Amino acid sequence: MTEHSPVAIWAAILLIGVATYLIRLSFIHLFGRIDDVPPALERALRFVPPAVLAGLVAPAVITVGPTLEATIVDERLLAAVLAGAVAWRTEDMFATIGAGMVAFWVLRFVVM
Amino acid sequence: MHADFRTGARDVIPVLLGVAPFATVVGIAAIDAGLTPMQAIGMSLFVYAGSSQLAAIELLGETAPIVVVVFTAIIINLRMVMYSASIAPHLADYRRRTRAFLAYFLTDQAYALSLTAYENDAVDDERWYYLGVATPISIVWMVCTVIGVVLGAGIPESWGLSFAVPLVFLAILVPVMKDRPRTVAAAVSGVVAVALAGAPFNLGLPIGAVVGICAGLLTEVIRNR
Repeated sequence: MTEHSPVAIWAAILLIGVATYLIRLSFIHLFGRIDDVPPALERALRFVPPAVLAGLVAPAVITVGPTLEATIVDERLLAAVLAGAVAWRTEDMFATIGAGMVAFWVLRFVVM
Repeated sequence: MHADFRTGARDVIPVLLGVAPFATVVGIAAIDAGLTPMQAIGMSLFVYAGSSQLAAIELLGETAPIVVVVFTAIIINLRMVMYSASIAPHLADYRRRTRAFLAYFLTDQAYALSLTAYENDAVDDERWYYLGVATPISIVWMVCTVIGVVLGAGIPESWGLSFAVPLVFLAILVPVMKDRPRTVAAAVSGVVAVALAGAPFNLGLPIGAVVGICAGLLTEVIRNR
């Protein structure tokens, strides 16, 4: 649970909101003055989604334990591997979340 | 109602099936992290960009410094510079105020659907098609955020509903790992983020992302030689 004050949380929300809006507006507003994203920047930007998303997923599902077995036999990791396979096959968010949550509950409440 | 608005609203229907659970998870996660319902709903309204919201919510829940929260969210949303640049020529004829209004609705999904339709010459009026796609997305986004807020307050924590957050990211991640360089970017970022899981100020994610982006660029350079 957050220990930030309401003012700090609202500040974060508004700062992210303003910055995100300006990002969206950037070229839509400037078109005609700047025609295109510089190629070097565009190349780097294409790697933002995979890098950021993996940086969010990995620590949330992998907890490094004292042994390899303790690291692998983890309901979050096993459920995520299954969900990843479903995402690969279906590219469907609903199916991915569904498979992952069911696997997670089965492992947590039934198996382990 | 403009015909292009109706076409957009029809084309967007399958996409809404992905938007709905995403927004619901955002609402649940916000309440789990200790945000008030007003903050959770306000974030969906003001930020209106799910991946960055979930990352910000996670970091806020860990009481990470506000600078890190904001910085991380901005990195995640930087990809929309590409969308903005790529859709700009199609919206260039409209008045500045119209464009400023349309920009708010620029999401992954609205961008992808609109650009596909523009490039197929399937649209007479770009603005109305875009709004036809974007309006249902924003409505579903807000309604399902509220549903998530209600669920988050009602379902006990032992159910581990917040595990849906990494699953949402996984569902978006897997399809974007389209080639070797992008897969390398993801793998390197993931390894760095896990290795730095205990790092101060929750810097593991932004550092991992930057290192991952560099690794992806490097892989591309080596491959093209």
